[in-house]
Amino acid sequence: MDFNKNSLKIDAAQVSNQLAGLILNQVGGVLKKTGAVVGISGGIDSSVVAALCTKALGPDKVLGVMMPEKESSDESEALARKLGKKFGFETIKENITEGLSGLGCYRERNEAIKQVFPEFNESWKCKIVIPTNILEKKTFNVFSLCIENDAGEKKTKRMPPSAYLQIVAASNFKQRLRMTTLYYHAEKRNWAVAGTGNKDEHEQGFFVKYGDGGADLKPIGHLFKIQVFQLAEYLGVPKEIINRTPTTDTYSAEVTQEEFFFGLDFYRMDMLWHALETNIPAAKAAKVLGLSVEQVETGYANIRRKILATEYLRMEPLMANK
Amino acid sequence: MPALDKNSARSDLKEFIVKAFLFGNKNQTFADSDSFMDKGIVDSTGILELTSFIEKKYGIAIEDEEMVPDNLDSINNLVGFIARKLG
Repeated sequence: MDFNKNSLKIDAAQVSNQLAGLILNQVGGVLKKTGAVVGISGGIDSSVVAALCTKALGPDKVLGVMMPEKESSDESEALARKLGKKFGFETIKENITEGLSGLGCYRERNEAIKQVFPEFNESWKCKIVIPTNILEKKTFNVFSLCIENDAGEKKTKRMPPSAYLQIVAASNFKQRLRMTTLYYHAEKRNWAVAGTGNKDEHEQGFFVKYGDGGADLKPIGHLFKIQVFQLAEYLGVPKEIINRTPTTDTYSAEVTQEEFFFGLDFYRMDMLWHALETNIPAAKAAKVLGLSVEQVETGYANIRRKILATEYLRMEPLMANK
Repeated sequence: MPALDKNSARSDLKEFIVKAFLFGNKNQTFADSDSFMDKGIVDSTGILELTSFIEKKYGIAIEDEEMVPDNLDSINNLVGFIARKLG
């Protein structure tokens, strides 16, 4: 199989048309629903899904729901509104801070943070990160906790398992409450929920089970992130959204998806992964990507480990009779 | 610091892994050279648990840059790593 720098280039017009047709068929024909609800964050993935749904169903049959909470970036809302205006679909805002407080999201997370940094103050910012430069050495995908005080001073430390698990479990309330909110708006209209995850997130397990992973259809779940960028350009997603650094909108400190989960820029991640999936020898991939063979093999191993370690997230509930 | 009794460490580490990650099922065997990650025995959360266990059991501190498969991803690698830390 040929592998070159353009191997993941798509015919964006053709793919957009195909996906619009598919969405129309899935929403109306398979799910028997009459519209689609999309959680919009001002990020590129949700923008592309909202644009595709609009192309498929018409702007009157699409609702964009913004779901900020007290730790969200203000920029997210402004960009989400701009997106709605551009494509002509209705947008509404549901602030989920109170719901998250009621569930204990902030309290439980901060309690776990204090196990690692007893001096942590609730006005400070926090995030969890993985080691970047995964091509440079064989490394485990182990998360560290990073805190930032009011003066902007940062500290980072590896977490004991109990703190790590509690921080993740508490933070996952955010995605799960967003999913619940989307289903409220979908059910009251007899519409479907369109998920916004791409292939990178879906297959490497960068989503919350029954959180942002909970949806009726996932129109871009098979597309690499760099292909989502191509669709965004074609569909006319506002430039500020396309050029924005992808973030998780989960932690109070600014955290990119690269440092939070992928540990690699999207172009190299996607190309390496494509090479791995299509059985391209490491030497060939190395030549095309300007990497050493060892770096490619290290990258292959890292991707394989992430897919293996997150299988549970993609599993349906296990039935006794299967 | 006393030198590591490698046989005893091998046995202690195996016992911890079987108990912590394999529900105590001693029938699920793995070789001393098997990669925990490749075999699906330990995931990244498991590595944190394993690291905590080793730090407590052997009284050593594992630095972030030491959290690599060459040190931690098999019984052989673990024993070698702990011996070097204690040596």
